[in-house]
Amino acid sequence: MRVADYLNILLFNREYVNIKIGGSNNMFDERKLREVSKERQRWETTKVPSWIERHPEKKNKYSTVSGVQVKRLYTPEDIEHFDYVKDLGFPGEYPFTRGLHATMYRGRLWTMRQFSGFGTAEQTNERFKYLLSEGETGLSIAFDYPTIMGYDSDHSMATGEVGQCGVAVSSLKDMETLFNGIPLNKVSTSMTINGPAAMLLAMYIAIGDKQGVPREKLDGTTQNDNLKEFFAQKLCLFPPKPSLKLSTDIIEYCTRHLPHWNPVSISGYHIREAGSNAVQELAFTLADGIAYVESTLERGLKVDEFAPRLSFFFASHNDFFEEIAKFRAARRLWAKIMKERFNAEDPRSLWMRMHVQTSGCTLTAQQPVNNVMRVAFQSLAAVLGGTQSLHTNSFDEALALPCEEAVRVALRTQQIIAYESGVTDTIDQLGGSYYVEYLTNKMEERAMRYIDRIDAMGGVSSAIERGFFQKEIADSAYLYQKEIESRQRTLVGVNDYTVEKDWVPMELLRVHPEVEEEQVARLRKMKKERDNRKVKEVLDKLHDETDRDRNLMPIIIKALKTYATLGEITEVLRTVFGEYRELIVV
Amino acid sequence: MTAERKIRVLIAKPGLDSHDRGAKIVARALRDAGMEIIYTGLRQTPEQIVETALQEDVNVIGLSILSGAHKVLFPKIMELIKEKGMDDVLVFAGGIIPQEDIRDLKRIGIKEVFGPGTPTGTLVEFVQENAKR
Amino acid sequence: MGQVAQLVQGVLRRNRRSIAKAITVIENNEPEAPKIVAQLFQKTGKAHVIGITGPTGSGKSTLIEKLIRELRKSGKTVGVIAVDPTSPFTGGAFLGDRVRMQEHSTDEGVFIRSMANRNATGGLSRATKDVIRILDASGKDVIIVETVGAGQSEVEIVKVSNTVIVVLAPGLGDDIQAIKAGIMEIGDIFVVNKADRQNANKTWSEVQAMLEMNTEEKSWKPSVLKTKALTGEGIAELLARIEEHREYLKKGAFEVHRKGEAETELVEAIKQKIVESIIADLRHTGEWEKLKQKILTKEADPYSVADEVLKKLVHG
Ligand SMILES: Nc1nc2c(ncn2[C@@H]2O[C@H](COP(=O)(O)OP(=O)(O)OP(=O)(O)O)[C@@H](O)[C@H]2O)c(=O)[nH]1
Ligand SMILES: [Mg+2]
Repeated sequence: MRVADYLNILLFNREYVNIKIGGSNNMFDERKLREVSKERQRWETTKVPSWIERHPEKKNKYSTVSGVQVKRLYTPEDIEHFDYVKDLGFPGEYPFTRGLHATMYRGRLWTMRQFSGFGTAEQTNERFKYLLSEGETGLSIAFDYPTIMGYDSDHSMATGEVGQCGVAVSSLKDMETLFNGIPLNKVSTSMTINGPAAMLLAMYIAIGDKQGVPREKLDGTTQNDNLKEFFAQKLCLFPPKPSLKLSTDIIEYCTRHLPHWNPVSISGYHIREAGSNAVQELAFTLADGIAYVESTLERGLKVDEFAPRLSFFFASHNDFFEEIAKFRAARRLWAKIMKERFNAEDPRSLWMRMHVQTSGCTLTAQQPVNNVMRVAFQSLAAVLGGTQSLHTNSFDEALALPCEEAVRVALRTQQIIAYESGVTDTIDQLGGSYYVEYLTNKMEERAMRYIDRIDAMGGVSSAIERGFFQKEIADSAYLYQKEIESRQRTLVGVNDYTVEKDWVPMELLRVHPEVEEEQVARLRKMKKERDNRKVKEVLDKLHDETDRDRNLMPIIIKALKTYATLGEITEVLRTVFGEYRELIVV
Repeated sequence: MTAERKIRVLIAKPGLDSHDRGAKIVARALRDAGMEIIYTGLRQTPEQIVETALQEDVNVIGLSILSGAHKVLFPKIMELIKEKGMDDVLVFAGGIIPQEDIRDLKRIGIKEVFGPGTPTGTLVEFVQENAKR
Repeated sequence: MGQVAQLVQGVLRRNRRSIAKAITVIENNEPEAPKIVAQLFQKTGKAHVIGITGPTGSGKSTLIEKLIRELRKSGKTVGVIAVDPTSPFTGGAFLGDRVRMQEHSTDEGVFIRSMANRNATGGLSRATKDVIRILDASGKDVIIVETVGAGQSEVEIVKVSNTVIVVLAPGLGDDIQAIKAGIMEIGDIFVVNKADRQNANKTWSEVQAMLEMNTEEKSWKPSVLKTKALTGEGIAELLARIEEHREYLKKGAFEVHRKGEAETELVEAIKQKIVESIIADLRHTGEWEKLKQKILTKEADPYSVADEVLKKLVHG
């Protein structure tokens, strides 16, 4: 390090630029660089101070949400080792920094996928049909909490929760209603489900069987990322080991039978929503990804057999450029990991296909219409970051379940970006920006440092047990909160520019309590009418196979077809696997 | 002899949702203000919450919910609190709760309902002022 | 009826609210505390007190949850006291142990109480001891005390328990080395939890080796057990071993133990009384503030001031 750099760090708290990614053949000519440096110093010493005198800068220190210091200006000096071919390459080629596909959005737009589901299966079925008619290209199901936790609607823990935050699905019957009139070979379906993912996927397969759609034709995604549940979303049904086993069962089963299914959507979204910053979101998600790859390799599958179907799910938060850098860094880092760590050869194994959702936790209950703008910027960041699929939040979500009008505005936001803004006309629009490339490098570097630490701890599972992630996330969440309260960070309408009375343009959606009664009654009736002897037989068999550590997908499909319920199946698994209480770190 | 009293607070999460970011930030802020925090973990039934508050002899119960089940669960909790004669315990709530429900909740004895984005300082002050010691 | 009598009656009638309130009185060191203890004292001494200590995250609370489950199956009632540290900076505390035991929170035969140590060195064992007495008087057959094994509290847990269990786990790395000094001498039973983890056997042998190094002649030989607290494997063996230790204590060792215990407690009590009455006196006469001022203005150091106080006390 040069003396000047030391001084820079000491005096101005600036970060030493140290990018080891490039090789010796730099993009920038040494002599030219020195010239830039000289000119910059001149500018900083002559031009800037006089301006600052007249217009003082608003803060002493600028930083991204993740705490990366932000300088006044970025120049080639900040990416002096930049190597275009190695660091960026071309769209559709390693290391995929500029995008997964050769023509990106010129050839095919991202999938506009709005997460929906509430009340009963019938109500959600209607909403699905409406969304399909509005031009949406994929379905995405939100389940209610009882379903997510593996409880039937008539379980005592489900009281007051049935159909509240998603649709209630307790058995194959409900799933049949949910997809009534929707041919599975015509849609792609994303299911936000983790602990009971095997059961919900099995229901989907069973419906495909009934509709006569071959399993190879089923297209969609199960979130099925049980690892992040332990430190981010905390909807855990079983202890870490059997949870990882179930996730791996699905990956293995899909690899062999559902070639178009994305068996897992490795999710940073919940890590972010739990309070992490962008770097942590990136690092912890990739660490989870590594764990799934390792666990699947242990089943004897080859990396190129399953890696192409692994998919990812990130949040898009407020800090515009940091988010763009995060998406670009994520693709590049994953490609390197797959290639260097796991020796993947198929180019598709190196692909990080991602779904992005705008960040729910940035939406404010105050002046809710402002959220439309937040969502717009966040989605723009996702698009500039090259996502394959996008969910835009509705502006009323900090108040209630989204109403139809708000959902439409959210979808329109994506369409405006896609068809009006012109950003889709070229690829990786910000590639080459000194700032964006610098930040992309920073994101990668810092994420890699975390991954190394997690490896040193013995991997994700031991890091979970030590509460490492939990502590990191809790600290970041608290810091962010403090920054807002001390007004270091402005939240429009919350800690500044507040108003006396908020304006909510439309009526909020409320789920009526009758939904619960109806659903419970329907379920009880179904339980009476099915062949209960067959149900018992198949549940006993399930117990047996769980004990013997088999891949559980086939037996679960069989069980569901007898109308054994989600709750009954989960109960069997709970008796074998045990239950889990989260490790609490504040 | 010098008595050393501390405000003891139970932060409880009824309902099935798992959004504990808010609950934890509140817990941390109250702890940093010198209080003793007992946290129940996720998905507690009304019975578990009230029984825990009783055994821990807390001065304050903070309820956090985001699943929409507050209309069923909160009244149940308040009923149990009355039943056990714990009327001196201060109860407040936080989460996504529609305006018209807040009135009903206050009527059944929940002292205050804090919406998303409430500064932690406000909460700390509220507890310090209202907790009976 | 006065408050004290009411609480005492309540505790004896196993009223849960009275038990909770009585514990608070002790915890806060309220003036009524000694009276409550005095009135309940006769009714104590029946419970078996198990102290559980070990490094952070080794699985103590999870293990206790499983112990409660087994003890309840055999009809025993259980009290749990989970102690966590108070932050020296803010005076606040986060008490998170009972999260793992919440399943038992509505069981009439179980009473769980979380306590912050309130930065009291030495004071912790007194408060804990008295809280144990409350639970004991309320008819709990077994009382389990959880503390994190770091520094002072290890010794403290010996003072309050009949059987001390040290819970270790693989993957805690250097921690074992760091804590072994304090912890290895105090355990009656050692548990290597998380036996499902790969390196559990290694940890087990390490602990075993450390115990063997201790050649001191003892009539009770501590053993090292393996458990998987998450699934409950090994819990039955652990309980059996606890029972053995209880039998061993009953055969006489208990008396020795109790005598030693009574002695330390008496010493502690006298010390506390003396200190408290001296301070109260000084406060009363207004001398206290003056002495404090002397130290603040650096006129004298605390030790000389203390000497001065004692001289005055002895010579009048
Ligand atoms: N793999 C495995 N994990 C366990 C086992 N027992 C406990 N754990 C996990 O270890 C973590 C810590 O468990 P606790 O019971 O809270 O540990 P503790 O010793 O009480 O922790 P502190 O009270 O914080 O000192 C949790 O995530 C448990 O689920 C076990 O037998 N095997
Ligand atoms: Mg514990």
